[in-house]
Amino acid sequence: MSGGNPDVVIIGAGIVGAAIAERLSAERLKVIVVEADCAGSGATAAGMGHVVVMDDSEAQFALTAYSRRLWQEKEACWPKAAEYRRPGTLWVAADAEEFAAVEHKHAWYGAHGVQSEILTAGDLAREEPQLRPGLAGALRVPEDMVVYPPAAARWLVERARRQGAVYMQGARVEHTTGSVVTLASGTVLHTGGVIHAAGAQGGHLPVTIPVAPRKGHLAITDRAPGFLRHQIVELGYLKSAHGHETESVACNLQPRATGQVLIGSSRQYGVHTAAVELPMLHRMLRRALEYMPGLAGLPVVRTWTGFRAATPDGLPLIGRAPQCEGLWLATGHEGLGITTSLATAELLAAQMLGREAAIPAEPYSPSRFGEKSAHA
Amino acid sequence: MAERAEIVVVGAGPAGIAAACAARECGRSVRVVDENPHAGGQIWRGELPQPWRTRWEQAAVPMQAGATAFGFAGEQTLLVECEGRAMEIAFERLIVATGARERLLPFPGWTLPGVTGAGGLQALMKSGLDLAGRRVVVAGSGPLLAEAGASLLAAGALVAIVAEQASFRQMIPFLGRIAARRGKWTQALRIASALRKTRYRAGAWPLSVERRDGALSVTLRLGPRREVIECDYLACGFGLLGNTELAQLAGCQVVNGCVVVDEHQRTSVLGIYCAGEPVGIAGVESALAQGLTAGYHAAGREDLATACTPGRDRGRRFQRVLAEAFALRPELKELATPDTIICRCEDVRLGELAGFLTWREAKLHTRCGMGACQGRVCGAALEFVAGMPAASVRPPLVPVSVGVLAGEQ
Ligand SMILES: Cc1cc2nc3c(=O)[nH]c(=O)nc-3n(C[C@H](O)[C@H](O)[C@H](O)COP(=O)(O)OP(=O)(O)OC[C@H]3O[C@@H](n4cnc5c(N)ncnc54)[C@H](O)[C@@H]3O)c2cc1C
Ligand SMILES: Cc1cc2nc3c(=O)[nH]c(=O)nc-3n(C[C@H](O)[C@H](O)[C@H](O)COP(=O)(O)OP(=O)(O)OC[C@H]3O[C@@H](n4cnc5c(N)ncnc54)[C@H](O)[C@@H]3O)c2cc1C
Repeated sequence: MSGGNPDVVIIGAGIVGAAIAERLSAERLKVIVVEADCAGSGATAAGMGHVVVMDDSEAQFALTAYSRRLWQEKEACWPKAAEYRRPGTLWVAADAEEFAAVEHKHAWYGAHGVQSEILTAGDLAREEPQLRPGLAGALRVPEDMVVYPPAAARWLVERARRQGAVYMQGARVEHTTGSVVTLASGTVLHTGGVIHAAGAQGGHLPVTIPVAPRKGHLAITDRAPGFLRHQIVELGYLKSAHGHETESVACNLQPRATGQVLIGSSRQYGVHTAAVELPMLHRMLRRALEYMPGLAGLPVVRTWTGFRAATPDGLPLIGRAPQCEGLWLATGHEGLGITTSLATAELLAAQMLGREAAIPAEPYSPSRFGEKSAHA
Repeated sequence: MAERAEIVVVGAGPAGIAAACAARECGRSVRVVDENPHAGGQIWRGELPQPWRTRWEQAAVPMQAGATAFGFAGEQTLLVECEGRAMEIAFERLIVATGARERLLPFPGWTLPGVTGAGGLQALMKSGLDLAGRRVVVAGSGPLLAEAGASLLAAGALVAIVAEQASFRQMIPFLGRIAARRGKWTQALRIASALRKTRYRAGAWPLSVERRDGALSVTLRLGPRREVIECDYLACGFGLLGNTELAQLAGCQVVNGCVVVDEHQRTSVLGIYCAGEPVGIAGVESALAQGLTAGYHAAGREDLATACTPGRDRGRRFQRVLAEAFALRPELKELATPDTIICRCEDVRLGELAGFLTWREAKLHTRCGMGACQGRVCGAALEFVAGMPAASVRPPLVPVSVGVLAGEQ
């Protein structure tokens, strides 16, 4: 970057901030990325890294399907550390009622151009022998992926740097407006614009935004190569993800490139401490065991938690912040920010550069919650 | 299974035994948890010396042997894994007496088969490894190194050398202290006379080891010289590290690798005490004094706890003397090369860690410390070599099965 003020300061080098930095620096904007910890260290270090197409709403579908395509287009670029693989997703139906939903989902995906196939109970048992007997079947979405998000974020930051972006690691933003960013060190940055990509954290913002932290637990086993082949998600997951109960769990199992099994998932509102909570872990693991009893014997090497940035309607905030000139938002991705990071960057870049985007951006516009966000 | 006791003691080494006896003698309900099959910890290994044997027998404290504490369920319930099952033990007060482990440092070849800890090889021997006639090099640091050498010799091993990294000069205050204590004298003489059958060298340390024709070939630095020695085992330990993880998980304050306690062994968390090596490496007598203090105080007998103060203070002084006498020399930081494995679980080499500023960043991007040992070995190594303060602690403290972690009982 040559002298003068930056065009934009990006707050946060999680997967979202990193993707935006890569995108905008490729467009020759002068970019500074300010990261309090290190690249990919927030929710990005905690998430499962399932890149998945979702069908719960047209808007969610558009964003996830577009973004999955972007992940795929970069297939040859991702470094080995990003562990980019395509094991596919199995949406597992426990009973006949859920199997009916599988058929519906299959038709819906078909109508929207996403490949999927129905597995009968017998197919399912052959594909994933560790699942308990008696399940009704599943929908396989073969093109869904699994990645290691912190490495992907780091690579995006590296690429942004090669394109001229300045990366400030270990620098916390204390306060920001749309044009002046104050760091904890006392340094003040003057800038053409500010992008808030700090995930579930927002204390430095001049306005309040409708984002609440939603805590999740994960557990990872020791290596058990071949134990699992697909990402396995119970169909009830959607209920857990999109319900507004204060607490819920769903069976969500992932084969890691290392041969480990990553076990999720839980959702809690209103908890702000990062500590692993045993009752929640119990519930989550028991749910997993209901689907895959053989997991009981695998050793768990670590458990941890992370915070999803949840919005009232489950869709992210991508675009201008209401009531604050120069401030842009890129947060609120809840449990899908790894998947939707690349599309987020494209949508934001299009808006900032006044270009047309590949998909309509309105559903994610921060102004949908009204122009009047309260001042913090 | 859900159990309950007024006072739960984790660890049945000297500190835990003393604590449990003290609390039991005051009439409290006590329960001891230890992962080994017998009480005694690393040093006594099931054979308690007098007067502790009698005292322990008379106290008859119920002990859960073969049981590993791996976490907490709420503030006053310990989670224990025992024979593949989860067990909850509720407590009013908890005494953490989890002892120490050997500090292993990386140098080229340190992960080869045949390279063990110094205490590690002693332990293998006690559990049946026949070392008669086998050639052993003992290297590293600390009073236990000499003891390991002596006991390996007694088992018939051909100990070629005991290489202590500290200089003789550095050790003088320690030797002086031993000379001043009658009890220590006899022990020191016994070790010294045993070591006459080998070379004990101060200011000596391993540079590298490789495997050649089925034997290990160790290169040592002996003062200004290098010497290459062939052997079957290289037993190498650089002092002890307190097992602070359980206390950390409970939220107790830890500073410089030591659990912070007050004069009655109380940690920063109400109702939780810590005694022995996690508080600082100071040997058996100090552990016993601290254990008694914690046990009495937890039992509500502050008067008896306070009466243990002289023993505790001696222990504190000894701790400082030990730390200075066996402080690790900076040359040891330079032994590992970019190609040397740092994290054995995940096969991460030192060169891969270059450029990372914090442990967490290095961990996230190289998997260093993400394996089954969760950084217990590489964390300490990296802290010493690269000055990165090590790993964070999460449940389970040791790998336990999904079934156990799900609370299947
Ligand atoms: C796909 C994937 C696979 C992974 N695989 C493994 C693996 O095999 N082995 C492994 O060990 N890890 C694995 N991890 C986990 C990863 O290394 C970190 O552990 C993860 O970032 C979770 O953070 P942590 O709680 O361990 O925090 P640490 O890495 O310890 O970092 C500290 C963070 O924890 C927060 N924190 C502070 N206090 C607490 C508290 N009391 N409780 C919880 N958090 C606190 C801090 O704010 C800070 O952000 C994996 C992560 C991902 C995304
Ligand atoms: C348990 C769990 C499972 C998940 N599983 C999946 C999944 O399978 N698939 C999927 O697509 N998504 C998943 N997610 C969601 C995904 O992890 C997040 O949506 C995504 O990581 C959000 O990225 P981000 O960059 O917005 O936020 P973060 O990764 O949190 O990054 C924000 C960054 O901003 C920095 N920061 C914060 N405040 C400041 C400040 N004041 N100054 C400077 N820097 C600051 C932080 O240090 C951090 O690095 C999961 C989330 C959780 C918790």
